[in-house]
Amino acid sequence: MSKIIEGLYYSESHEYVRVDGECGYIGITDFAQHELGNVVYVDMPEVDDEVTAGEEFGAVESVKAASDLVSPVSGTVIEVNEALEDEPGLINKDAFENWIIKVQLSDMSELENLMDAAAYKDMIGE
Amino acid sequence: MAEEIKVTCLHDKHVAQGALMTPFAGFDMPIQYCDITTEHNAVRQNVGVFDVSHMGEVHITGPQAEKFVNYIFTNDIAGAPVGKVFYGMMLYPDGGTVDDLLVYKMGENDMFLVINAANIDKDVAWINEQAQKFDVTVDNQSDHYAQLAIQGPNGEKAMKDVLGIDGSDLTFYTFKLVNYDGEEIIVSRTGYTGEDGFEVYATPAVIVKMWDMLMAAGVQPCGLGCRDTLRFEAGLPLYGDELTAEISPIMATLGMFCKLDKEGGFIGCEACAQQKAEGSAKKLVGLELKDKAIPRHGYEVLDGENVVGYITTGYRGISVDKSLAFALVDRAVGALGNELSIRIRKKVFPATVVKKRFYTPNYKK
Repeated sequence: MSKIIEGLYYSESHEYVRVDGECGYIGITDFAQHELGNVVYVDMPEVDDEVTAGEEFGAVESVKAASDLVSPVSGTVIEVNEALEDEPGLINKDAFENWIIKVQLSDMSELENLMDAAAYKDMIGE
Repeated sequence: MAEEIKVTCLHDKHVAQGALMTPFAGFDMPIQYCDITTEHNAVRQNVGVFDVSHMGEVHITGPQAEKFVNYIFTNDIAGAPVGKVFYGMMLYPDGGTVDDLLVYKMGENDMFLVINAANIDKDVAWINEQAQKFDVTVDNQSDHYAQLAIQGPNGEKAMKDVLGIDGSDLTFYTFKLVNYDGEEIIVSRTGYTGEDGFEVYATPAVIVKMWDMLMAAGVQPCGLGCRDTLRFEAGLPLYGDELTAEISPIMATLGMFCKLDKEGGFIGCEACAQQKAEGSAKKLVGLELKDKAIPRHGYEVLDGENVVGYITTGYRGISVDKSLAFALVDRAVGALGNELSIRIRKKVFPATVVKKRFYTPNYKK
């Protein structure tokens, strides 16, 4: 059974946003990391890159396959989780602790299009 | 209506063991039991067992069996001793590859061909078509045989201790027939991992029994996921990626398995000789990245701004801690040491042309 955290926003493509003021930490869910298996590489954008809700901003890769990262929200990247460059497997250890990018949100209303923990739990059937 | 998916005799065991299953070459096959890295390392460092019962087996017998096989096969089996195994390809007249395969010389008039699962129907049709001018019998025995690959430095020990089969007298690419449970089975010192190991061909009943014994002894079950990472690091081609109807063995730099001057030649020999003499337009190379980004099948290879080829297979190596790939590129840019680049999603990463064998195999010569 996958871990799901209350208070986060979830996308259908299994990313989450943890909102902190006007910023959002974006990562993949515990369910997603489990489905993917051992993460061996995370392709991340650079600081100051723009991300757009519903569009790809990078990828998480297992030995076997690359899985696109789709941004749940729009904004400007203000930090990337550099620890993942040396140790991408941190995502498998704790996907919610090890966010991928921190974004300055440009449109808070986009959060309304995302799921809460209960809805995401229903979606993944747990 | 969709074609019905086939299963091997071990399918229920894989499912019961919780393997991740996926369709491959028309069969529902295990990709991994625990994770690819663990299974890969078991084969490199100890021993692992693969269910490769999906592979095809074709028996060719008759007074012209050797002559016929030598005519459709790029390697040269003429006059070889019984008990030897050969690797090579069957080619179209233009040099494109029908399949890559193993030929076991079972007797002077008895050749056993092991072909890729995805190509069984195509290969058997091709072989039958070519066989019309020869005094041979072609018997597709793919449904009769199941197969295990027991691979790794402790493969010989596992064969002996768990299965009671002494393989110590076999050198790389030789085989013997063994009487096992009242059945004559084939045991060869072959594999597709870059490690020492064995392949066993027998009826499903025997293979299921052997699998149970290996599991009870704690031998690591290995899926097709690590089969691909292992063969890739060892520089071995996969039909469909590095060899296709459009990619000849000369382009794939497997010319050492094409005996262009053997008596009587072989189908595709002239095309290969021409490609070798003139230099084929495309060539398969190894690429090594300095970055950790992972090149995948189909990604573009660039020389400056120009697209000069594509990735056929790529991984973050497991035994070799680098991002690596095979790529089919224009011959002009394929020299060792040449600097190219690979487009990976939105970014472009530099890559150096290197030898395709990323990991030095440990075979028993």
